[in-house]
Parts: sequence; structure tokens; C-alpha cells
Amino acid sequence: MAVAAPPAPSPPAPSPATSSAVGRRRPRRALLAVGVVGAWVLLWVLLQGRDTLFLSPATLTPLHRRLNELADAVSAGRDSSPVFLYGVDLVRAGLDAFVGGVQDLLARPSGGRPVPAVGWLGVVAVATWLATALGNLRVGALTAAGLVLLGLQGLWTESMDTLALTLSAVALCLLIGVPLGVWAGLSPRVHRLLTPVLDFLQTMPTFVYLAPLTLFFLIGPASATVATLLYALPPVVRLTAHGVRSVPPSVVEASTSLGATGPQRLRGVLLPMSTRTIALGVNQTIMAALSMVTVAALIDAPGLGRTVLKALQTLDVGVAFNAGLAIVVLAIVLDRTTTAASERAQTRPDRSRRSARLRRPALLVGAVAAGAAVLLSRTYLWAAQFPSVVGGTDIGIGDDVARTADSVTGLVQEHLSGITGGLKDAVTLFLLNPFEELLTGSPWYVVLTALVCLSALAGGARAAVTTAVGLALVIGTGLWFDAMTTLASTVLATLVVMALGLVVGVWMGRSRRADAVLRPLLDAGQTLPAFVYLVPFLALFGASRFTAITAAVVYAAPVAIKIVADGIRSVPATTVEAATALGSTRWQVVRAVQLPMAGRSLALAANQGVIFVLSMVVVGGLVGAGALGYDVVAGFSQGELYGKGLAAGAAIVLLGSVLDRVTQAAARRAGPDAHAA
Amino acid sequence: MIPAPARRRRRRSRTRLRPVRLRGGALTAALAVGLAGCGGTTIESAGSGSEPGGGSECGQLDLAVNPWVGYEANAAVVAEVAETELGCQVTKKDLKEEVSWQGFGTGEVDAIVENWAHEDLKEQYVEEQKTAVEAGPTGGTGIIGWWVPPWLARKHPDITDWRNLNRYAPMFRTSESGGKGQLLDGDPSFVTNDEALVKNLGLDFEVVYAGSEAALITAFRKAEAERTPLIGYFYAPQWFMSEVPLVKVDLPPHTEGCDAEPEKVACDYPEYELDKIMGREFAESGSPAVELIRNFRWTNDDQNVVARYIAEDKMSPEDAAKKWIADNPEKVQAWLP
Repeated sequence: MAVAAPPAPSPPAPSPATSSAVGRRRPRRALLAVGVVGAWVLLWVLLQGRDTLFLSPATLTPLHRRLNELADAVSAGRDSSPVFLYGVDLVRAGLDAFVGGVQDLLARPSGGRPVPAVGWLGVVAVATWLATALGNLRVGALTAAGLVLLGLQGLWTESMDTLALTLSAVALCLLIGVPLGVWAGLSPRVHRLLTPVLDFLQTMPTFVYLAPLTLFFLIGPASATVATLLYALPPVVRLTAHGVRSVPPSVVEASTSLGATGPQRLRGVLLPMSTRTIALGVNQTIMAALSMVTVAALIDAPGLGRTVLKALQTLDVGVAFNAGLAIVVLAIVLDRTTTAASERAQTRPDRSRRSARLRRPALLVGAVAAGAAVLLSRTYLWAAQFPSVVGGTDIGIGDDVARTADSVTGLVQEHLSGITGGLKDAVTLFLLNPFEELLTGSPWYVVLTALVCLSALAGGARAAVTTAVGLALVIGTGLWFDAMTTLASTVLATLVVMALGLVVGVWMGRSRRADAVLRPLLDAGQTLPAFVYLVPFLALFGASRFTAITAAVVYAAPVAIKIVADGIRSVPATTVEAATALGSTRWQVVRAVQLPMAGRSLALAANQGVIFVLSMVVVGGLVGAGALGYDVVAGFSQGELYGKGLAAGAAIVLLGSVLDRVTQAAARRAGPDAHAA
Repeated sequence: MIPAPARRRRRRSRTRLRPVRLRGGALTAALAVGLAGCGGTTIESAGSGSEPGGGSECGQLDLAVNPWVGYEANAAVVAEVAETELGCQVTKKDLKEEVSWQGFGTGEVDAIVENWAHEDLKEQYVEEQKTAVEAGPTGGTGIIGWWVPPWLARKHPDITDWRNLNRYAPMFRTSESGGKGQLLDGDPSFVTNDEALVKNLGLDFEVVYAGSEAALITAFRKAEAERTPLIGYFYAPQWFMSEVPLVKVDLPPHTEGCDAEPEKVACDYPEYELDKIMGREFAESGSPAVELIRNFRWTNDDQNVVARYIAEDKMSPEDAAKKWIADNPEKVQAWLP
């Protein structure tokens, strides 16, 4: 359940023997699956509406009440318990000091001065220099342009607050995540122990633990950092473990036989050889941290998220979009810089080239210039606070961005809402409603049995056991009906995500130009806070499950597309050329060579698609999807429903774990390169 | 990134850069001076304007700001008066209601200046944990109920009586309501009895949970603009009411205790007396801001004016508050300790 594609090892060509064996087994399994579904439909017709375990949104079960009492007890015990007074408060004070220090540096008035320690000119100069030094000149230029854009948008201070919080959280993530990942990479037992915890952190909706978090860590930067940390930690742990585990055992053995001690082996072999994967983990952790910006604003985290939420209160799409755009800009700058840095870390620079020889002195001059810029930004007001007026003309573009976004959404709403309404009704009537009815309208034991049988057919005995246990626990949460409603929308959204992933991913994988054009859009889909586009979506589709599915697709499709594109590109060029030389058409190359050989990436894309769709369930609850998402949101807002919200969060985690395990098992079984995986 | 000697020197002399003493960072300083030649206001000369931090008597005031514009209006006015008249240093914290109440116990929140009932929270924090105290009404009245867009009420005047709703149910059907009329509910922050109401009043409606205030407002805005039928849960005071004045549907009138049992509710929502809550510690601190918050009292109309400045005229809450205070000096005078 890693967040991004681990660097795909070039898969071996599919062997004819296994594919024909799979070919013989597949139709029989497909036939059985059709049989199971047929029986399910038949039973639905007969037993419709019986034992559906429906629970209305305002009703609580004894479990939900017990969870409420537990939360109250924790809240009441805060002042008396020594765990709080000494342990947690110490951590909180440390975190506040750390984050506060970074904020003093970048974002807020400090040291008795009305401005931060380093002004905008200094930040731009130092960031540009760092990007150039760690990456290359291109990302350096991108960094400079991106940061100046933030200033022009009129969001310099907010952006720096967000940057300070993100960087602090990411730094802590690395401090905790890299050692943990290395440990998990070395010890299979730790890995087995850690995986469910990471799954939990990634799928448990933040809303569920946001309120209790402020009890432990109080309102302020510490809570916001911990919330961000919990969500952003898993990718770096997973990918570090993955990187360490993929170091060939022969290399490790060789170093051991040469007498290397444990730490030496780590420093000399394991870490250097997994740098690229770890860097990918860092990169994904940054993305995850940025996607928490708006949520953290709910507990008074400063920065861009607050601007987005405030704008949402008055449905001001333009202002929300301007702030959302700033988050996207930050994400793209950080993403490209870390990617370039990881590429530099792997490729040894060719010292004979002239540009390489010039690099060192150029960097030195750059460092001096950056130092000068920092000095200036500490001395002069124009270099400390981003100017909004230069030479009498207003240089801000924030208002223009907001106005343009407003008029574009206005136009779209005006002209498209007829079509979009029809589309929504058609999809809901012919696809979503029947499927949901089958899941929610059948007795629970029928659904459970059918789903266990389908998992067995798709992923084998272990997948079936996981499904049985997971769904039984969902019944235990008291939210079976809601969970099935959510499952229906989740599956439909995932199918759309996969369709998009295949079509767009293949296109991007085969065309560099398409990649260059589409990638920033995908980044935007991944990091633009959903709150920004919810209002226009609501205007187009109304408050409905379809709106929720659309929002989930916008967020989850980019990941699937990127992973598929990565897989297609990793198919060796020679293989593709050979196929073309043998007279294959373009379509044949895609279907018979590239897709099968990227099988593992497709499986990973499906897997990540499901997880990302599930992480949007709560957002879906905000736009009319009801069910588990609404339960979580209402639990966050109303004390009496807290226990129910917690149970709903657990149900989402359970659905996530089941879907994750089953898709993984299915991928292992069905993938033609199953042996490589 | 600042070269060490430069930093040391900066501490000694704060106004002008003198490159002479620099060794390691000579080039840096030269560059800096070159650029500095362009001139400009230095931070020290500009920064001297920063106040020494409010009157000592009032000190720090932490106001929770719950996420709706009406609340923001209350908070902005209270904060503005506390800062200018009492010299308090006001920190506004953007928080949801639950989290704000928790903040009383941890000392992170001093006051909530618009509270919608929340009997459960009062029981927990005022009665049981004793970390909060009530601080009197804001003067505003909260109305919760079912509303329709104005065009619908004009076209079908009798729709505002609940007894006629079943007749209109078919026109409220949507993709979400499963063949019945849709009753759009669900700002998750508000308690709703609507499922019980639909059942106990025998209405042919299905409650659909929109899930957020944004979703409700967008739905009503669209319904009014495109003349489509819509009935939903909403509340006043709310800034959106001045954009689209929704019309309230009359449910069986509320009587004392008619909503005691949630499953058996068959009457309208009560009118809420909006009030203020303070942290106990703050309430006993003797700060003049305590008196101000206790005395703060205005009307729905006052709040709507400020909320409209913020939501429609896009003024910052501070400017909106300043404008209202300038227009209503006698009201403000009455609040001061």
C-alpha cells in the first residue's frame, strides 16, 4: 500500500507456459464468479429488505455510547493524569518550540521585529540556491518563479506559514520514518507488525482524531504538526523499507563476508543503494503533508488552509481557488526539487564536462549572493515584506486570479449544469442505484457470503479469510448498512479511476509531450484542496453521491495515471522496437507488449486507486454521499455523535484493509509477471 | 545562510551596514551594500511603530472563532472593542465548536461569543468538568427549520404549511431520494430531528444528508436561480438569507417538552436564545474583557449588517467591525465596564 510506484524493476518477458496455464484457469474462475453474482441477485430478489442492519443517522448503538463515555473520560482525566502532565506536555512543549522556531524564521514577526527573521528576498534566494545545489539549474529557476508567484498572489505570509508547518512535519517524519523504515526493511517481523499500523494511519480519517488531538497537544502548532505527521509518515516508512529490502542479498552477503559490521553495512551498502526509493518516499511524504493543510486549519493551524476555509464560509470560489493554487505551486516546487535531488544523488556527475566543472564555482557565487539577499531581507522593508505595489503600480495578481476563477466557474455552471444533471441522473439510475441496492438491500449474511466467495475466487483462501474477518468487524461497528453504501460508491469510483489510469496513463507513458502537459494538472488534482472545487461541483451535480464520486476521481485518478505511465515507460525500449519491427501495429504493441509487461504497475495502480478513493470518503460526506463519510463529519461536529464517528472511521479502515489485501492478492494471482513480483 | 561574522556585526550596529570589519563575508557585504544603495525603508525605522502590547490591565484575550460568518461578526466586534477601548491583546483562534469548549479546560480559549444551545456540551463542561461558565445572551435569536426558496413560496403560497407538503412531494424527487420527495438536510454541526419529523408527521419525504453548509447554500442558490423546487433544513441568522430570503415552512408549533424524546418529535424546532460562554479561569480573572463579553448584546439585524459587510462586500472582519462600531457608538458605550 505504498503511496507511489516503487521504482519498477524491469519485469521479465511473460513466459508462454504460465500465461497459457493462467489462460486455462481464468475462464473457469470467471464463470464461477458470474455464478456467485447470479445467486446473489436471486437471493436479493427473494429476501430484499430483510436483515439489512439499517441504522438511521441519529441513532446510536451501545458501542457508540461506550466510545462516547471513553472520550469523555479521557477529556476529564487530562488535568489529573501524570501521563498528560509530564509525558505529553513535554512533547507538546518541544514541538511548539520547534515549529515556532521555523515560523519565526520564515513566517511570523520574531525577535521583537515586525517581520520574520528572513524576509521574502532571502527565502527566495536561499531556496533557489538550495534547489540548484541539490537538484539542477532548471528546478532552481522553477523554485524562484514559484515562490515569487506566491508573493504576487498576495499570499506570501500564509504560504510561509504553510511551508513552515509542512517542513517541520516532514522533518519529524524523516527523523522517525527513515530509521523505522530501515528497521522494517531489515526485519520481516517488524515489517509485519508495522504494516497494519501504517494502513490504519493512512485510511483512518483525520477528522476522527483531530478533536482528541487538541486535548493531548492543545490548540496550536503542536496539534497541527502531529495531525500532519500521522498522515504523512506512512509513505516514507513504506518506501524506505521497500528500498532496503530490494537491495540484492548477494551484495549484503558480500559486504558481510568482507567483515563489515552492522552500522557499516547500513552506511556503506544498504542506504546508498536505496537512495532513490527513499527519496521517492520523502517526496510522497511532502505531498501527503501538503494535503493536510486545510484539515489542520480546523484546529487553528495558520497558513493557506485557513484562507481556503474562510473563503468556503462565504462560498467565495475565487479566493479559495487563489489559495488552493498557492498550495499546488508549493507542492510542484517541492516535488520537482526533491525529484531532481534524488536523481542527482544517483547519477554520478560527469566531471569532464564543462558545465560540471563550472558548477562548483557558480554555486559558490550563488551562495554568496543568497547570503547577501538574506542580509538585505533583514535590513530593508522592501526585501522583508513582499511588496504589493512597485513604482506606483499594483503588481498583485491575487484579485485577478480570484476574478478569473469566479467567472470561469460561473460560465461552466451556467452552460453545463443541464448536461451534468442528466449525466448524474443517468449514472445514478443505471449504475450506482442497482449496485448499491444489491449491497444494501440484501440481507447481511447474503452479502457477506457473496463477498467472501468473490474474494476467494479473485485472491485465494487468505484473501477470503481477510474479507470474512474484516466484514465481520464492520458488522461489529454497527454501521454495516452505511459501510455497504460507501462500498458501492467506492467500487464505482475505483473503476472510473482505473479506466482513466489505463487510458491516460498509457498515453502519457508513450508520449513525452503528453506527459509534460498533463503532469502539472495531475499534481493539481492531487494537492488542490477538495474544498476549493466542492462548491462548483455542488453547483453542477447537486448534493449527491455522484458529486462525491467525482471528487474522489479527481483526487485518486492522478496517482493511478502516474503509476501506469511509470510502468509503461519502464518497459525496455528494445522490446517495443522489436515488436514494432515484427510488424505489430501501435494498438498491438500496447495490448500485447506494454500492458502485460507493466502488469505489476497496473496492480499497484488499482490498489492505490482504492486507497485514495477511500481517503476521500469523508469529503464525500460533505457533499451529499451520506453514509460513513457523513457519520465521521457529524461525529467531529456533534459531541453526542462522536462515538459513532469513531466507529465509522474504524469501518473505513476495515474496508480499506479488506480492499487492499484482496486487490493485492488478486494482482499476485492474475499478473502475468506474478513470478517477478 | 548568513555568514557568521556578518551576523555578529549586525547585532552590534542595527542601522547602517559597515563593510569595513568584515573578513570572510567581504564579498557578501559588498554585494549587500551595492544593492542597499537603492535605498528604502529599513526595518528598524519602520518597526518602531509596533505597539508595546496593549494595556497591562486587560492583557491577553483568546477568542474562539467558530466557522460561520455570523459568529465571525460577533467575534470581530468584540475583539475590536476589546483592543481599542480596553487595550487587550486579542488572539482569534479558528476552531470548531467542540474543540473550542475543550479549550476552556486547557486555558487555550477564554470565550465563545455565539453559542447555539449545545445542551450536551453545557452539561459536560459547565456542570461536570466546571471549566466553563455561561456569560449571558448575545441578544440574537436562532431559528431552525425547513425552508423553501422564495420563488417556490410565491408560486405555491400554501406550500409553507406542512399539511400540504405531501401534495408537493413528487416535485421534490431527486436521484438521491429513492422515489420520495427530497428533504435536504445535514449541516453536520446542527442537531436535526428531521427523520423523526418526517416519520411522525407521515410525510412522503426522504431525508438526504448534504453534509455541509456549503452544500446547503449551493443547493438553495441554484434552486432560486434556476427556479427548481427544493425544500431543506436551514437556519437564521445566516448571511445567505440576505442574498436569497428563504421562506420558512410552518411545522406544528413548538411547545415546551414536545421534543423531549428524539424518536417521537412531531413539532417545530424551538427558537434558540443564542448566548456566550466563558472559561471559568478567565471569568474569575478580573479582566475588564470579562465585563465586556458579559455586556455584549445586540440584535440579529445588527449581526446581519456586519455579516453582510464580510460575506458580500468582502470586507475583512476588522474593517467590517470598525465600520459598524463607528456607526453605532452608543451601543458600544453600553457594553463597556
